[in-house]
Amino acid sequence: MTVDDVELRELVPRVLSVLVRRGADFATAEDAVQEALIRALPAWGDELPADQTGWLITVAWRAFLDMTRSDAARRHRELRLDTEPPAGAIPSADDTLRLYFLCAHPDLTSSSAVALTLRAVGGLTTRQIAQAYLVPERTMAQRISRAKRMVSRAGVDRPGDVRTVMRVLYLVFNEGYSGDVDLAAEAIRLTRHLAALVDDPEVHGLLALMLLHHARRRSRTRSDGSIVPLADQDRSQWDTGLIAEGVDIAQAALARDQLGEYQAQAAIAALHADAPRVEETDWVQIVEWYDELLRFADTPIVRLNRAVAVGEADGAPAGLAALAEVDEHVPRREAVAAYLHEKNGDLELAARLYANAARNAPNLAERDHQTRQAARLNQHLQHR
Amino acid sequence: MAKYLLLKHYRGAPAAVNDVPMDQWRPDEVEAHIRFMNDFAGRLESSGELIDGQALSPDGVWVRSDGEGRPPVTDGPFAETKDLIAGWYVIDVDSYERAIELAGELSAAPGAGGAPIHEWLEVRPFLAEPPTVTQ
Repeated sequence: MTVDDVELRELVPRVLSVLVRRGADFATAEDAVQEALIRALPAWGDELPADQTGWLITVAWRAFLDMTRSDAARRHRELRLDTEPPAGAIPSADDTLRLYFLCAHPDLTSSSAVALTLRAVGGLTTRQIAQAYLVPERTMAQRISRAKRMVSRAGVDRPGDVRTVMRVLYLVFNEGYSGDVDLAAEAIRLTRHLAALVDDPEVHGLLALMLLHHARRRSRTRSDGSIVPLADQDRSQWDTGLIAEGVDIAQAALARDQLGEYQAQAAIAALHADAPRVEETDWVQIVEWYDELLRFADTPIVRLNRAVAVGEADGAPAGLAALAEVDEHVPRREAVAAYLHEKNGDLELAARLYANAARNAPNLAERDHQTRQAARLNQHLQHR
Repeated sequence: MAKYLLLKHYRGAPAAVNDVPMDQWRPDEVEAHIRFMNDFAGRLESSGELIDGQALSPDGVWVRSDGEGRPPVTDGPFAETKDLIAGWYVIDVDSYERAIELAGELSAAPGAGGAPIHEWLEVRPFLAEPPTVTQ
């Protein structure tokens, strides 16, 4: 009987929160938990302990003592005695929630909060996190240890709150997939935990939003990494199980009548997921949800996406009018302008805008996609 | 082994032989080019010669310090900047000849009309670590 990596990492926040509650400083406690994880894999290879959390707490606590006491002889003597998990080892939901808040401490930069959350709550190794974010392992180790020191120093009195945690998890989800760790799946796993710990419809909205996007992931790119726009996606590849779960969670959250930005985004994602064919998309309702979303998050990106929806609901001229209100400098604005002008029949302008969009694209996949669009229109223009 | 930088320029390199902007190519020519570029990176990786490959956005600014206690001064981007780097490969190869050979392959990426672009790439050796044996 073996335990897999994800199952093992499920136990991490509970173990860490017990150590911190017992008075261990955060930075050392976190190192001690990593040490316990490393020992667990070979030790559990033959037989799983009956109380896995208790086992990890015991080993992590010993490792913590190991790290904090310099007298080696005394340390070994005491460790031999300390074989059973001490009383009071049962982790509580509040402790675990507090750990999420610490890792999303408002004084941490986004990149530090993301790294610390993945390490301390997610239980990923520094190497895995470094690979996922395409930075050298030493760089990531520094980032995490600085974050731990900062949280140890200032954190306990003034942790983050559920808003900052949601922002961190949203950032993790948006990084998608690179290296051997699926960050989107990891974000969903952690958001599920958070949703179980705290009764907030926005957390459920965030979880629904992630599930609904994750459900479409396979159809969003071809095997060579190229982008498939929503309208061209093979909807038979969408994960109907995840969609059904996401829609249920979103509806239950919305029914509580405490709307927020994640619920509004989830509602939009649900409307897309609900259309069996792109022609059946309820764009009018999507525009209404974008109007709601603007009340909570009036950003140029939301306005840009709204302009696309308006273009579909009310026609290209209306979409272009909505686009005229959007900040000139928002990324992907030229791509949206190109799309709406093509829809409006102005192909020369659209081709030029696609070429500009390619030049200013934020990643290679989008650059290639916009170049293809420009090439397609230019070929059409030559042959008519 | 020696490390080399293969530099591709948006501007500043001598004109390519087959010099047509990519948005003027046929869609299948665009596809062929993208496939070639993906394959090239894959080949370098499987031959154990790839260290890094990155592409840069054409946006960029000049920055300099304006003295203590003052924010840095930025200037640009300059549309007229003569030299604009588009991206690079860092390779670790046995010889200078191998670096030149690989740059030649990359330069022959297919372009308009399905013909090779024959663009100019810049090959720059890295300054190496001092050797152990010096006599």
